[in-house]
Amino acid sequence: MAVLSGPRPTRDTQTTGRPGGPRGLVTTFLGYATLIFFGLVFLYPFVIQLGNSFKSEPDAAANPLSPVPDPVDLTSFERIFEGTAFPLWMGNSLLVTVLVTAGRVFFDSLAGYALARLRFRGRAGLFAAVIAVMAVPGVVLLIPKFLVLNQLGMYDSYAALIVPLLADAAGVFIMKQFFESIPVSVEEAARIDGAGVFRTFWSVVLPMAKPALITLTILSFQGSWNEFPHSLVAVQDPDLFTLPRGLADLVSGSLGSGTQYPLKLGAALLATIPVAIIFVVFQRYFVRDANDGADKG
Amino acid sequence: MAIDALAAPATPAVPPARRRRGGVRGNENLAGWLFVAPVVLILGLFLLLPILMAFWVSLTGWNGQGSPFTGDVPVVGADNYTRLFTEEGLARRDFMTSVRNNLYYVAIVVPAQTALALGLALVVNNRMLKGKAFFRSAFYFPSVTSSVAISVVFLFLFANSGAVNGLLALVGIDGPQWFADARGVLHILLGTVGVDQPPAALTGGGPFGLTWWDWLSGPSVAMVSIITLVVWTTSGTFMLMYLAALQNVPAALDEASTLDGASRWQRFRYVTLPLLKPTTFLVVTLGLIGTWQVFDQVYVMSQGDPAKTTLTPAYLSYRTAFRDFDYGSGAAISFVLFLIIIAMTLLQRWVMRDRDAGRRPWWRRRVPGRS
Repeated sequence: MAVLSGPRPTRDTQTTGRPGGPRGLVTTFLGYATLIFFGLVFLYPFVIQLGNSFKSEPDAAANPLSPVPDPVDLTSFERIFEGTAFPLWMGNSLLVTVLVTAGRVFFDSLAGYALARLRFRGRAGLFAAVIAVMAVPGVVLLIPKFLVLNQLGMYDSYAALIVPLLADAAGVFIMKQFFESIPVSVEEAARIDGAGVFRTFWSVVLPMAKPALITLTILSFQGSWNEFPHSLVAVQDPDLFTLPRGLADLVSGSLGSGTQYPLKLGAALLATIPVAIIFVVFQRYFVRDANDGADKG
Repeated sequence: MAIDALAAPATPAVPPARRRRGGVRGNENLAGWLFVAPVVLILGLFLLLPILMAFWVSLTGWNGQGSPFTGDVPVVGADNYTRLFTEEGLARRDFMTSVRNNLYYVAIVVPAQTALALGLALVVNNRMLKGKAFFRSAFYFPSVTSSVAISVVFLFLFANSGAVNGLLALVGIDGPQWFADARGVLHILLGTVGVDQPPAALTGGGPFGLTWWDWLSGPSVAMVSIITLVVWTTSGTFMLMYLAALQNVPAALDEASTLDGASRWQRFRYVTLPLLKPTTFLVVTLGLIGTWQVFDQVYVMSQGDPAKTTLTPAYLSYRTAFRDFDYGSGAAISFVLFLIIIAMTLLQRWVMRDRDAGRRPWWRRRVPGRS
């Protein structure tokens, strides 16, 4: 985008109506009306989810639109924790998410740093390969991944859930872009002081990459917490189910008989809460990522 | 190097210097590869190698027993592929049904999510309004949540006596049984004008084993609810992309066109929209790639039912391999899907470029994005 290199105006300078005057008022009114309408469209389903998971089954069936449970009924949550393997799924999801996130942040920054700063034979080709890998559609890889896991004897194990997700091309790309924005002089100073390559990376450059590391951590957390298709082809033992897998099983599998909507909505709600908290706390990092995507176009 | 040699012509000094330099470079070479080794290993092992293995499996009739790489597995050559396209049978019928479903899905989701994303971005970018940060987050929030969890919520919303039908009842419409109704919306629309039976011309035959009447069904009612869900979850992401682009539109440009007497619509149509073209290109391309991969929602909400009207190639490939244990066919479907996605991306690229070049003669063409 050539526009990016031009002089940047201050943000929010779009004008869609003159201040004051009847036209401005109408525009403002229409603007708020649209915002509120779409705000409801985008948030009300979550409100319904929250309200209905505290309802009794007949109440949820009779008043699905109402956000207020009458009476408040906690049996669905009791049954989530006592009647399903929810705690197990939660534990598995936590384990997988923590290990995958740690692995991605470490491995992706190592590779990103090497691709940004170290001169080694095959670097250009490797970077092209990373870009190409980013373009491979994930769903096409379901059967292939199963084949490899099976062939390596990893199928149906924690390793199958974790190892294939330990690195991702998009993360390498984000880290490489960030490392390139750090001035070389910093590293040169460290080198002159006698630091080796790894030491320079670990104690000088990496601490400067905090914003990128936070972004990558959040994206990896969100991605692996929500990951569904991979767990579908990596394991089949119910003891290894992660939350999305367990939830899908709850809806379409053995427990799917009958409606049991408060139970299902409650389980889905509990699965959403960690990501929702991360989102609310770190909103600006989510937004930054999407902006970076637009700049590539 | 040369300066070193000049400065210290004495022979003993040169070799250590050279060795040391080579050492640093060699050190960096080694370090570079050590740094990228884990990523190369993981991506190679779980991305590149699988593709090669799956291609081999797509040429076999492997049923999941033992290893597909021994001599015991029947090699069937291109059979798995021809069964999808040329041979009469269930395999082709299911595959073509899934392609039809996905075509309607793409044709509605991509324009809808692009338009909605642009619309939301324009509203959120409005200087006059307060509280935009909140709404921006509200619109984006569904994009970061789990697709499985969201699907559960939408199953409830679209239940027979659910919230959507409750809303429809408020305006006097008797809502359908969303996940049991296999009728295509085009067929339903034709039904309201009295065309209940397909004309003979459309049932006689059609491409790839489906009748023209089947091809022209429109998305089924069940598919419409999945479409609603996906547009709802994805437009927030694309809104952010549009928003980033809008905030880089120079204000002076807008003011100049206002002074020239352009109306709001003209400013949008002839100033803003052309400047957003790179973003639109990105959004549509990502949309095309994403919509051909719809899987999670189908798995959770409908499993391809009712009457296979929510079957998509991605889900069909999974089902063929892991439920029917026909890994060869499943892998073949994956590869065809892979080609479809690549073809869509290239087509979209070509359409955008062609229109750009065709609109004005070459001598008046400007550098895109700069005016």
